[in-house]
Formats: sequence, structure tokens, C-alpha cells
Amino acid sequence: MKFGILVNEGPYQHQASDSAYQFAQAALTAGHEVYRVFFYHDGVNNGTRLTVPPQDDRNVVDRWSELAEKHSLDLVLCVAAAQRRGLLDADEAQRHGKDADNIAPGFRISGLGQLIEAAIQSDRLVTFGD
Amino acid sequence: MSLLHTVNKSPFERNSLESCLRLAEDGHAVLLIEDAAVAALDGTAHTETIKNATGRLSMYVLGPDLDARGLSRDRVIDGIEIVDYDRFVMLACEHDSVQSWL
Repeated sequence: MKFGILVNEGPYQHQASDSAYQFAQAALTAGHEVYRVFFYHDGVNNGTRLTVPPQDDRNVVDRWSELAEKHSLDLVLCVAAAQRRGLLDADEAQRHGKDADNIAPGFRISGLGQLIEAAIQSDRLVTFGD
Repeated sequence: MSLLHTVNKSPFERNSLESCLRLAEDGHAVLLIEDAAVAALDGTAHTETIKNATGRLSMYVLGPDLDARGLSRDRVIDGIEIVDYDRFVMLACEHDSVQSWL
């Protein structure tokens, strides 16, 4: 079965990202496909590679990147939500004249249409948020 | 059409569980996750409402979220099944759609 996952909250602030990660991992382990994980609103903060949590804490961002690499996941940050919160990839940084980008490996920035498409293409869309 | 409803708010804080139980149709499933795990406990002000719902809805609670909050699995209301993430995924598959009550 194909799952789409929507994450609306940032890491370390709300359990949504942790719940979504556990769900995605369980779905993949069971042999299901995760068509896309879409990060919206504060959820885009899951995609900054500059996160440095304490060593004895889980690294929410790295964990997503590693899962993406292992299973070729499509992790998408909403572009409007990302720009408001200072999440940029190389192209966006250049386009806005910023001196750096900070998107984590495995993530990409795209539009809200990607959420709609994920909802259409997936058998189930599961939302995690506040 | 059978829905899996997920609720993630404590009923002591917000009324999303109450709304969910009011609008969920007979035979639907309700999974209590995150802070809603507290609603699965016996002997609270909300126990009666939940117990009434178990008659017409399939009620589940996410075990890891009980554990994370130090809520004893022994105190869970009879009629609510404790599940793990694997079973959460299975429930999502078994129902036609997943409705998250945020």
C-alpha cells in the first residue's frame, strides 16, 4: 500500500515529527511504500541541516535524512513555509541573494501541489500535527 | 466506508476526542495517540464517555505513547486495545481513510 505522510510541526517542539517518523518506519518495515513525506507549516524545520541536538538526544533531522537515503524517500518542504522560516536550498538562496543554504540531505523544496499530488497518488494520507 | 480516526489531544485539555466520538459512525475505529493516550485510562472523569464509545466503535491506544508518559498499561479501560506502530500501520490499511483530529 502507498502512504502519503503530512508533518505540520517542527522537531523538539511537538511529538508530530517523532510520531510520523515511527509510522513511516513501521510502514516501510512492513513492506509498504511511502510515496512522499510533506512538511508544512513549522514542519519545515525538520529539514535544516544546521540542527545540533545534544549527543544523548535523538537527531530528528538526521534520522529523516537517513531514512530517506535507505528507502529513497521523497521528503518535501513547502516552499512558502520554508522561506518564511529561513529554510533554503542552493537555488532559493541564490534567487534571494542569501549567503548560505541549509537544507538537509534527502530533503527538497517544492510547492503545495506536491501535497495534493501525494494525496491523489497515495492510498492513504496520514497527518501528524498539533 | 470505514474510517480510522486518530486523536492526539488529551480530553482534559481540548475537546477533539469529544468531537471525534460524536461524529464517528458506528463501526469506525478510533486510535488514541500522543497526549490522547491519557483518555484510555480507567478511573478518570472521561472514562464513562470512552466506555460508552467502545460499544459502537473499535477503540485503540498507542502503547509507546502510554509508556512515554508513564501511564500504566494495566490501567487501560477494558475494551480498548493497546497497539504498537506496526498495528497502527495495519489499521490505516484496513480502513478506507485516516482522519486526523488535530
